[in-house]
Amino acid sequence: METYTLTVNGEQKRVTVDPGSPLLWVLREDLKLTGTKYGCGIAACGACTVHVGGVATRACVLPVSLVGDRPIVTIEAVANDAVGRVVQDAWVSEDVVQCGYCQSGQIMTAVALLKSTRRPTDADIEQSMGGNLCRCGTYVRIRAAIKTASRHLAGGVR
Amino acid sequence: MKTLQSVAVVALLVSAVSRMATIQGAERPQLPAPASSQARRAEGLEAWGRVYSVLTHPRCINCHTATNYPQQGDDRHRHQFNVVRGREDRGVAAFTCATCHQGSNADSTGVPGAHNWQLAPLSMRWQDQNDRILPSSEVCKAVTDQSRNHHLDGPGLLKHHEDEALVRWAFQPGRRSDGTERSLPPLTHEQFVAATRTWVEAGSPCPPR
Amino acid sequence: MTSAAQVPAGSLLGRRGFIKTSALAAGGLMVSLYLDPPAAAQDGAVPPPRIYPPDAFVQIRADGKIVITVNRLEVGQGAETALPMILADELDADWSQVIAELAPAGELYKDPVIGVQMIGGSCSISNSFQQYRELGARTRSMLIAAAADRWSVPADQCRAEQSVVYGPGNRSARYAELAEGAVRRPVPAVVQLKSAAQFRLIGKPVRRLDSRAKCDGSQTFGLDLDLPGMLIALLARPPVFGGRVRTFDDRDARTVAGVRDVFEVPLVSGSAIAVVADRFWAAKQARDRLKIDWDVSGVEHPDSVQLFARYKELARTTGNVAVSFGDPQAIDRIPASNRIQTDYAFPYLAHAAMEPLNLTVRNDGDRAEAWVPSQIPTWEQAALAEVLGIGPERVTYHVLFAGGSFGRRGTVDSHFVREAAAIAKRVPGRPVKLIYTREDDMTSGYFRPMFVHRVEVGIGPSGTPLAWKHVIVGQSFVLGTGVIQEALLVKNGVDQLATEGIDDSPYALPNIHLSVHHPKVNVPTLSHRSVGYGHNSFVRETLIDELAARAKADPIAYRLRLLKPEAKRFRSSLTLLDQKSAWRHRLPRNHASGIACSAYHDTCVSCAVEVSIVDRRPRIHRATVAVDCGLAVNPLSIEHQMQGGLVFGLTQLMTNGAMTLKDGRVQQRNFDGYTPPYMKDAPEAVDVHIVPSDEPPTGCGEAPVPVIAPAVANALFRLTGTRYRTLPLPPIERGTRS
Repeated sequence: METYTLTVNGEQKRVTVDPGSPLLWVLREDLKLTGTKYGCGIAACGACTVHVGGVATRACVLPVSLVGDRPIVTIEAVANDAVGRVVQDAWVSEDVVQCGYCQSGQIMTAVALLKSTRRPTDADIEQSMGGNLCRCGTYVRIRAAIKTASRHLAGGVR
Repeated sequence: MKTLQSVAVVALLVSAVSRMATIQGAERPQLPAPASSQARRAEGLEAWGRVYSVLTHPRCINCHTATNYPQQGDDRHRHQFNVVRGREDRGVAAFTCATCHQGSNADSTGVPGAHNWQLAPLSMRWQDQNDRILPSSEVCKAVTDQSRNHHLDGPGLLKHHEDEALVRWAFQPGRRSDGTERSLPPLTHEQFVAATRTWVEAGSPCPPR
Repeated sequence: MTSAAQVPAGSLLGRRGFIKTSALAAGGLMVSLYLDPPAAAQDGAVPPPRIYPPDAFVQIRADGKIVITVNRLEVGQGAETALPMILADELDADWSQVIAELAPAGELYKDPVIGVQMIGGSCSISNSFQQYRELGARTRSMLIAAAADRWSVPADQCRAEQSVVYGPGNRSARYAELAEGAVRRPVPAVVQLKSAAQFRLIGKPVRRLDSRAKCDGSQTFGLDLDLPGMLIALLARPPVFGGRVRTFDDRDARTVAGVRDVFEVPLVSGSAIAVVADRFWAAKQARDRLKIDWDVSGVEHPDSVQLFARYKELARTTGNVAVSFGDPQAIDRIPASNRIQTDYAFPYLAHAAMEPLNLTVRNDGDRAEAWVPSQIPTWEQAALAEVLGIGPERVTYHVLFAGGSFGRRGTVDSHFVREAAAIAKRVPGRPVKLIYTREDDMTSGYFRPMFVHRVEVGIGPSGTPLAWKHVIVGQSFVLGTGVIQEALLVKNGVDQLATEGIDDSPYALPNIHLSVHHPKVNVPTLSHRSVGYGHNSFVRETLIDELAARAKADPIAYRLRLLKPEAKRFRSSLTLLDQKSAWRHRLPRNHASGIACSAYHDTCVSCAVEVSIVDRRPRIHRATVAVDCGLAVNPLSIEHQMQGGLVFGLTQLMTNGAMTLKDGRVQQRNFDGYTPPYMKDAPEAVDVHIVPSDEPPTGCGEAPVPVIAPAVANALFRLTGTRYRTLPLPPIERGTRS
């Protein structure tokens, strides 16, 4: 067991865990942040997506020992950010979710996309969201929500 | 006259020594005995063959693709989960190589990692569009073509093979999630560097088509 | 409500089927069947419709919030919004104040038709529509009566709107003020329901109530539950179904920090080793270090290749007869040139919901508490109690939101609940969460069975089918189990769950002979979203397409001509599809369209897709869907289900869209081996059109699933000249057709 100080959603958190523990399980069990989901454990589905040092990252394969001092942002804090808020609102206005289990990861990925590309094309959306799995099949609504968010962001939300 | 000639010969030898010393940087290796150019070329081609055997091992060639995707595994299948090359060879927005691959191997979860994990540029593809490995002559041509290889000359190539993190990774590729070790290239890193050196010193010859 | 409502003979089963019943004069379809279903059906005596007490379903808080209890698990199908809509409409509630909660296991929350608390068979709306309307109307009536009382005015001079009762002379009172008085009043036996013209919510597109929570990380799913003192349990399961632990060595496992205990537990079939630890990762590390000697003798080691060969042989022989209409020899009299004879083969399919199986149980000796994303609370609560040796009434059973199910959580044997109970027996006094890893979930079986079909169709001079001879081979998970559903589902050795889609074919076939073999195979199977329609509609719709092509007829026109007169909803949905898919006559080069239609019980869906081939896979540029589901309670929710159901139905076309076994071992362990559709595999656009109707609503969760695969296969035929009859799809080579 080792002790790590992680910066999560702007706060410093100390955890004492096995160094090989994936960040996903440290977030969920030690920090009680269960918004980030376990879907597969092999980075195949994207349900575990968080932002680490500003990069969309699959927490299920990231051992906590490799995080370092890079700040972590989870779904619980996405609304603290202007882009995050617009994306969440678009997800609600477009009525994207069904079971909702994959959607934390979808939103975290979409936020990262829109932070880097304000006006993603259909091809951009399909490539950037292309590794996030949804068994309820909400893909066409995800596309629509990203476009809605993009329009709002282009309209001047900073 | 004889003194002048011997001085000239010595001068030539000295300058040759100092040139070789420059090529090999800080290290001052043993000078090979001057050999005939044919023998040198043969030696160089043999060394290239060994270098090629490493370059075309899955641990290296999986990221030297001609397509918009990397490969993975010893069977070199297309990398799963729809990862794509992206404009800068490191994935696309929100779905980069760094989404999963960190600066070092994540043995507990079975994901390989090294500093700056990314695909080799398309100019450094060693396969064709159908994922077939290119023959030795073509890979050699690609590797030595300075308009394609980021302007690396012989010494530059040697340094690349010696120091580049992604190259070094291939020789310490980490474990899979089931605990098994990834398979290694046919040479150790030291052997690989030595073979590269031999090849470079022989003038980086390429085999004929 | 309907009169003489004929619902297909079905089951009390997890997801499928209804009980044949007749309407009651009062207009309800209320039958309590859980007491003694066969007896009730036999003597025709049907209990009176139940009056559900509003206070078990509606709570009006002092702050004006209206909490509506939903008697269904929410798995994404939208019952947590649609049922509250229905109740809130009749209640005349302010929708912005409505909150939905999922009912725990309880007598009052049983499905009013089936008599079991469950979801399955797309029955949430169809079976609770009347119930929730009456609940809303009764509550409204009681609120008005309370106001009338307070004001000493006649109730019929009062009206209600948006959570306010208005009385004569500008009087008004909010529901929140009246609630306490109202709840003490007697529940009226008779209530007036709204006419369709009076609906304010029903029939409107209403956004989901749970959306925000699912977008900000605050929604709790089963796997998210956190309780003080909770432990995590993982099971090391046998590599072959039914295998048993012979010996095990846990010394290395116990050295992992945080491990509490390691012990053997019985499974429904065979046994496993449970690892209990403080944390998931510790449990997983410990489980990886277990050395287990498995006894896999005495159980069949199924092999997919061998099974397919065996099934193909069986399909050449007549099985138990399911349908014999007309002359079974008619096919033999049709010249060979006018006959199509072909085999179809479908592999096992996993459900692969995003949230793997899990539940949490606390064993307190003479009581227990459980938190479960639970598809059949009635059975699971009983199973839990049985394993713990207490009465079901001593088990407090909470139902949590589930990350999908598609049938996987609706088992007949409640296996995962029994496993958790067996573990809780050994770890009393604190909550224990049993988690299935993705690998556990995927290799645990309970698959959609594999099926082989052999079909012979004889074509008449006008290009319509004159004779249809069909043999289906595939497992039944009901046959031989002795469960109550068996009597209702299985006739003459045929499980209707295997024949639906063919035995209720909407097409007029003068001669049809359908028989079935149900081999016994050591692979547990289960219903899987759309059940029998999933493979049967593929067979039917690709063959009909072949007949249409031979007759050089438009595929929609051909189907419309061939429909039986009574196939009204097929007719209405195909007609609407025809109107909305004019684009299929104007496609770019290298694009083709494909048509298919299917029912799921009474809901009919037809679909047109536009397909081209990209990277040797079908690329679906658009899908147009027309659905007839009776009254569309929430058109937005129906749109969701159509869009999402199509994607689910694509799983069986995916390159890695098969579960296979070799020497008894399931070969696919995670999404790298069984790869469902990602965004690029899904249609780029889906437009949904609903046939206007005021017939009672029928469910939409499963109806779209069976149409997409045959529609795409039919389009691929136009592009390649190849009829794909074995799924999943191999890499597609372009043929000579354009």
